[in-house]
Amino acid sequence: MLEMCSDPSALEGLPWLACYLTNGKHLLFYQSFGTVLGLLALAAPLALAMGFIGALAKRSQLPGIRQLGQGYVAMVRGIPDIVFFLFVPLLIDQGIEIVRHYALCPEVTDPIYQGNDFVVCQAAKMPVSSAAPWVHSLYGFSLALMAFTLVFGAFAANTLDGALSAVPSTQLETARAYGMSPGQTFWRIQLPQMWGYALPGLANLWQILIKATPLLFLLGIEDIVYWARELGGAKGGRFAYPHPDWRIYYFGGLLIFYMLMTWGSERVFNRLQSRLSAGQATLAGKGAGL
Amino acid sequence: MKKTLLSALAAGLIAVPAMADTVRMGTEGAYPPYNFVNDAGEIDGYERHVGDLLCEVAKLDCTWVKNDWDSIIPNLVGGNYDTIIAGMSITAERDEVIDFTQAYLPPDPSFYVALAGTDPSVITAGIVAAQTNTIQAGEVAKGSATLVEFASPDETVAAVKNGEADAVLADGAFLQEAVDASNGELVVIETVLLGGGIGIGVRESDGELKAKLNAAIDTIKADGRLNALITEWFSADQAVY
Repeated sequence: MLEMCSDPSALEGLPWLACYLTNGKHLLFYQSFGTVLGLLALAAPLALAMGFIGALAKRSQLPGIRQLGQGYVAMVRGIPDIVFFLFVPLLIDQGIEIVRHYALCPEVTDPIYQGNDFVVCQAAKMPVSSAAPWVHSLYGFSLALMAFTLVFGAFAANTLDGALSAVPSTQLETARAYGMSPGQTFWRIQLPQMWGYALPGLANLWQILIKATPLLFLLGIEDIVYWARELGGAKGGRFAYPHPDWRIYYFGGLLIFYMLMTWGSERVFNRLQSRLSAGQATLAGKGAGL
Repeated sequence: MKKTLLSALAAGLIAVPAMADTVRMGTEGAYPPYNFVNDAGEIDGYERHVGDLLCEVAKLDCTWVKNDWDSIIPNLVGGNYDTIIAGMSITAERDEVIDFTQAYLPPDPSFYVALAGTDPSVITAGIVAAQTNTIQAGEVAKGSATLVEFASPDETVAAVKNGEADAVLADGAFLQEAVDASNGELVVIETVLLGGGIGIGVRESDGELKAKLNAAIDTIKADGRLNALITEWFSADQAVY
């Protein structure tokens, strides 16, 4: 395959297409699917964990924590996501660099904010200029992940809070009657039953998270939307593989990818739902397994 | 346990890194022949070669970074990279926010390109596409044509091809490639000279880097290496130093 591809101008038809779809740029395109799936694999559990913390904070008896939890959830749900996606990575990045500047370069007395510029000493940059490109990519990805966690954590917190409240109070009273402490009641009675109520909301959130992954593109990370736009644009004679505007095929491919993801997720959640509501009377009728 | 966690976190944040000073060159990667991503996935083009040559002459260690056009200036002043070398014309408006080195390409005339057979009156009375935040967009906005802006240069040409716009205004070298590849579908209907040449953008606080780059540009202009690159990447009509 590789020797055939050394002179693309001599190829036509299927061999040209084969070489085209395996050139350097396309390999980066296929890798970016890994970036997107990686984001999903990491953002989902992190957002769930954030959601738990948020839900527990919202229901806490301690006065300050309760306000903090409710404030966090209300703010993130009310403010457009895009503000968080643009603002949070910038805030974290500059915050880290400022801390490093004061820690590593105490001898530099110039102000950090000079006119329009944000200037920290070379050693304080995060990541440092001499770091390999993959370090920069990983760092950018981590910032994006933090933004996703923050935003989707608030929605998860709301869902989990509602699900915790939906567990019948009779269950909790019985647990107390048996002499279980509040902690035991929560972990052994409330939490396991909560999952059945939380799952539809969390499944919905997962689908929204899949839909939101192109926001990586907004943060300058080379995800599948970035590459589809880059590869699809018309290419002239300067390129080894010239072609007209093929964006419709590339974006069509993305459409198929996202629809397969959604369909697959839907099947998994349906199976999960029937397992979790086994033996319970739900609005959909008695669960499977009975 | 908490103490060790906190100190590990602090150590990670303030770990002292290697001391090499790398200059990060920011470019757009979507504007052949100035800068583009070749089929192997690397940044290529006139500016890639000029940048590498300048770094060699100025004895700087350089790496290349791609950034979308819209956020290219904010990310420079925010410190994501150290230079903008992306076909950016030197204008007074941009000079207020960043500093420019001397020009490293004499002004490239801008072309109005449209579908074959379009009446040239569209330049003043029709819909003209241009990329956002470019001197060409400013030029169209000053005139009487309707301006339609797009985020990337590719989309402006695509807009003319699918009828969204009557004509596109952009740098001649970029549009010539699109015209050549279109098999007669697109033609140049007008040329206009805009801008004061393209320069390398640096932060206003970075006078040292600007001086080094200016000195390097002087060197390669004097010994003809810059002209050699210009003739290699641009058409025979392009002016040289």
